[in-house]
Amino acid sequence: MANALADPDSGLTPAQLATRYGLRIAGERPSLSRYTRQLWQYRHFISAYAHAKLTASFSNARLGQLWQVLTPLTNAAVYFLIFGLILKQNRGMDNFLAYLTAGVFIFNFTQTSVQNGTQAISGNLGLIRALHFPRACLPLAITVQQFQQLIGSLLVLFGIVLATGEPLTLMWLMLVPAILLQTIFNAGLTMTMARLGAKATDLKQVMPFILRAWMYGSGVLYSVELFAEALPGWATTVLQFNPMLVYIELVRVALLENAPLLNPSLPLTWLIALGWTIVMGLGGYLYFWRGEQEYGRG
Amino acid sequence: MVDHLAMSNDVTVTLPRIQERIPTVVVDDAHVVYRVYRGAAGNQSPVAAFRRMVTRTSAPNVREVHAVRGVTFTAYRGEAIGLIGTNGSGKSTLLRAIAGLLPVERGAVYTQGQPSLLGVNAALLNDLPGERNVMLGCLAMGMPPAEAQRKLPEIIEFSGINQRGDFSSLPMRTYSSGMSARLRFSIAAAKQHDVLLIDEALATGDKRFRKRSEKRVRELRESAGTVFLVSHQLSSVRDTCERTIWLESGEIRMDGPTEEVLPAYEAFTNGK
Repeated sequence: MANALADPDSGLTPAQLATRYGLRIAGERPSLSRYTRQLWQYRHFISAYAHAKLTASFSNARLGQLWQVLTPLTNAAVYFLIFGLILKQNRGMDNFLAYLTAGVFIFNFTQTSVQNGTQAISGNLGLIRALHFPRACLPLAITVQQFQQLIGSLLVLFGIVLATGEPLTLMWLMLVPAILLQTIFNAGLTMTMARLGAKATDLKQVMPFILRAWMYGSGVLYSVELFAEALPGWATTVLQFNPMLVYIELVRVALLENAPLLNPSLPLTWLIALGWTIVMGLGGYLYFWRGEQEYGRG
Repeated sequence: MVDHLAMSNDVTVTLPRIQERIPTVVVDDAHVVYRVYRGAAGNQSPVAAFRRMVTRTSAPNVREVHAVRGVTFTAYRGEAIGLIGTNGSGKSTLLRAIAGLLPVERGAVYTQGQPSLLGVNAALLNDLPGERNVMLGCLAMGMPPAEAQRKLPEIIEFSGINQRGDFSSLPMRTYSSGMSARLRFSIAAAKQHDVLLIDEALATGDKRFRKRSEKRVRELRESAGTVFLVSHQLSSVRDTCERTIWLESGEIRMDGPTEEVLPAYEAFTNGK
């Protein structure tokens, strides 16, 4: 008798006692609306964490924050050397340097988000086990951090685009919605990868190959005209729906006068971009939330 | 003994006993089983691993450990409870189940609010200076930025990391293990927790810091929180906890006032 009662004074069983004082099952997942509200309350943590990560990533480098601009610049230089000057992939394109750089930077934004996303949970177990906060803060912080990196890259890109003789037009304004859509897409994708990476530790080994394949399928390093020429019709149609290709094309349309495009109609390109943003952003968030109680376990 | 529920219409008779005890953690016949992946490397070939994947048989490299076997107790607001037991008796596993970090196989763990687990391995960002880590930790506990900023000097002061020069502006990777453990404890102790779970976190500090943190644990407890302390340092348990639970092989061997449980435990360990 005495063993079954949690509180000998009141004569209640443990479960009754817990309900009476409003105790909840440990590690229970909050409802979606509650979770979203919590996440909003932690927005300062998200930005502080993103900023801290950014500072930490350069803390051992002598040139420090300068690498934020130097890294994309060197990247662009290497790709231009190989694909532009040695392999001559420009195929008579007007401004291959700017075309290539735009592709590399925009793809890199998603690529690094995904790479870091797989580590978002598994690389922060100490923090997760010690303190309680909505776990979505971590993948979101990665997205914010990569967004800050992208700003540095975009400055380099603007310099290259203007230096290679492209005019500054109103089309440049299209960049704002295009980057915004891609950022939401990235946030969803990063959250998805974070949950996958939390369980399947082999993912880290597989990701480089998937990302490499994705890059070749997004027309980053060569003209997209190559796809239409070399691939059967259905494959080209599939590639037209590749989200990365779509986001890259939007940026190329915005910045370059005569960029070759795979998607024939601009409104359709916007529609595909918007569709991917909604599906990935919302889907990734829901998927991550459903695993909330599992993170840090094991 | 009177049943509250049955006599709910004249509560006034039963209420003015002593101050009402409010439970914060209710553990009801909890069993925790965790699975250890020994990794494919073990002693098996890649071929065997591949065959297992194809035939979908469960991996032989997963071992189940039944770490907590049917533990039942209730912790109340304002209590500090020591958890003692020999190595591998399930103390840390039980704490992690209370924190919601390990699912219970059977039974249930109910908690008030969200318990915070403070362990020695609670990592912060080692490339960042201590003060940045304090800010981050405070924000991660849900403090608004202004409050975190206000608490910053207090936390640095409490941790005592600046006793040997200005360490708070140096990256945490330059800290000794004792210093970073102290800073971690100071961050976690800056906030009022409903339930604070401390896993050997006080053991790393020096004596002066231990005294300070024991005092802080008492304060936290008095301002209506519940503190669990896992420690092998019995003096630390004796000084901070009035109730002690002794776990052995995942079962409660004894649960009662510290002055009764500790001597029994000491007799047990010495007798071995």
